[in-house]
Amino acid sequence: MGLADKYAERIEKTLAKYPDKRSAVMPLLYIAQEEYGWVNQQGVDEVAAIIEMDPTQVKSIAGFYTMYSEKPKGRYWLQVCTDLPCALRGADQFHHDLLEHLGIEEGGTTPDGLFTAEHVMCLAACDKAPMLQCNFHFVENLDMEKMKALLDQWRAEARGT
Amino acid sequence: MTDQAKNDLRIIYREIDIPDIRNFDVYVKNAGYDGLKKALSMTPDAVIDEVKASNLRGRGGAGFPAGVKWSFIPKNEPIKYVTVNADESEPGTFKDRQILENNPHQLIEGALICAYAIGAKAVYIYLRGEFWDIAHDLDRCIEDARRAGFVGENIGGSGFSCEVYTHLGAGAYICGEESALLNSLEGKLGQPRVRPPFPAQKGGGLYGEPTVVNNVETLANVPWILRYGAAEFKKLGTEQSTGTKVFCVSGQVQRPGNYELVFGRTLRELLYDYAGGPLEGRTFKAVLPSGASGPIIPVTDEVLDTPLTYEDFVKIGTILGSASVIVMDDTVDITWVASKVTKFFTHESCGKCTPCREGTYWLDKVIDRILAGEAKETDVDLIVNVARNMQGTTLCALGDFAANPIIYTVKNFPDDFKRHVNGGNKTPAPARTAPAAGD
Repeated sequence: MGLADKYAERIEKTLAKYPDKRSAVMPLLYIAQEEYGWVNQQGVDEVAAIIEMDPTQVKSIAGFYTMYSEKPKGRYWLQVCTDLPCALRGADQFHHDLLEHLGIEEGGTTPDGLFTAEHVMCLAACDKAPMLQCNFHFVENLDMEKMKALLDQWRAEARGT
Repeated sequence: MTDQAKNDLRIIYREIDIPDIRNFDVYVKNAGYDGLKKALSMTPDAVIDEVKASNLRGRGGAGFPAGVKWSFIPKNEPIKYVTVNADESEPGTFKDRQILENNPHQLIEGALICAYAIGAKAVYIYLRGEFWDIAHDLDRCIEDARRAGFVGENIGGSGFSCEVYTHLGAGAYICGEESALLNSLEGKLGQPRVRPPFPAQKGGGLYGEPTVVNNVETLANVPWILRYGAAEFKKLGTEQSTGTKVFCVSGQVQRPGNYELVFGRTLRELLYDYAGGPLEGRTFKAVLPSGASGPIIPVTDEVLDTPLTYEDFVKIGTILGSASVIVMDDTVDITWVASKVTKFFTHESCGKCTPCREGTYWLDKVIDRILAGEAKETDVDLIVNVARNMQGTTLCALGDFAANPIIYTVKNFPDDFKRHVNGGNKTPAPARTAPAAGD
């Protein structure tokens, strides 16, 4: 079943918000990413068909924004803010330690497919650094000890399902 | 009002006094939506005049008077829009997030008042994509307001109808620039537009219709102004900086966080009394009062004693802007700061204008070379030259924003650069050793 059928209600509600279908391209790309885990060609084509836009244009939108992933990610997508205010409170070191702990390079995914980690630009939580977003949910006031406990928790969560 | 009462007054962060104000019922019990009711009893022009009289200035950074902006909307156009800029993405800025999380109805109410004043039938709240959870909570708040008759058809029996929608961005700083935001909302690439026409004009706004774009904090002030009147609002602060302002304090202080103060307190009060002063054994070295994009200045007694107002901060060679105060202490190498901030702008340049796209790229390369101890003294002149050539040559302010960190770090902290050049210090001194929050 394609996006248009599976998410019919959500898509209809989204389209109703705007006088021009094209405005729905971003919310629909999120739906595609939710369904396929990343924005693949299939998702791009389906979104393009729903809003009657050229697939190349849809793809250029997906490429412009950092929250649409153009490759598969781990189950937990960890994005650490390392901009100036966070870095002033140890975020560079935290980011470095996290990659080392997971044994991956920047932007890499652990072999078990669980974790992708990378640094990102300011997430508007400068007072709660070091912090990251995991699958778009904020996790704040971190240190490596708390991080390791969280990673264990997510590993257990993944095993349970 | 006594000085103490003024010091304790909160227009924006009311959750500090009323913890559950995010709930519709609690908000309404505490005079919520009274500002909207008051507005609906007035003519739209009278509402604009009231906001104009308050001299409420845009809290997103530019400081443009909100009422004047609203008055630019042509009266005879049938379709108009209000767009709320909740794309808070400037490093050091996290004030709108707290409003959206804790006092969302005050924003919705402010946006509706604006819509009534300019005759708009729809409000779009453009949130940065990372405010994913917040946007979904906000959708629920809008539905609560709708059930009570504050959103939708014939609001409060006034004949005025207005819808409120949220729209999520997807991670692009540039979409905080108003014309890029409108493009993004229209499903186009989030790149700035050529102006004129400006958003308030036919052809320049959302879907080509006249549009007001206001920051979250700006609109969150509006219900208070309607409820208590412009005259009361003007009693707070100074003539040119009226009301309260949220100051986001981040970096190397004891207590980073958002502090809402009446305009006119000093930077010293903010950094010491509220943010708790420097970390143990350190002293303040530099401050970016308006996030990563503003001019950086050394922390001196004169600077610390400067009143927190738009007009006074210009006098000390910087700007108050969005009041995103990033603080650096004596352990920090300002060359490293220039590098950090430049990397941000290099990543966030949308690529449309050549001076910004190419300028940020080369600035980043040359600063890396300086930090690595492989640069000559003339390379410092080179980055200033590149930065100067970016000023005023781009469609939006991002080009200037990216030039500022270079021009002002070199101007105000030349010794930090000199240490690295001509075979000098090869080890960038990152603040990796800075303690984690909570220490």
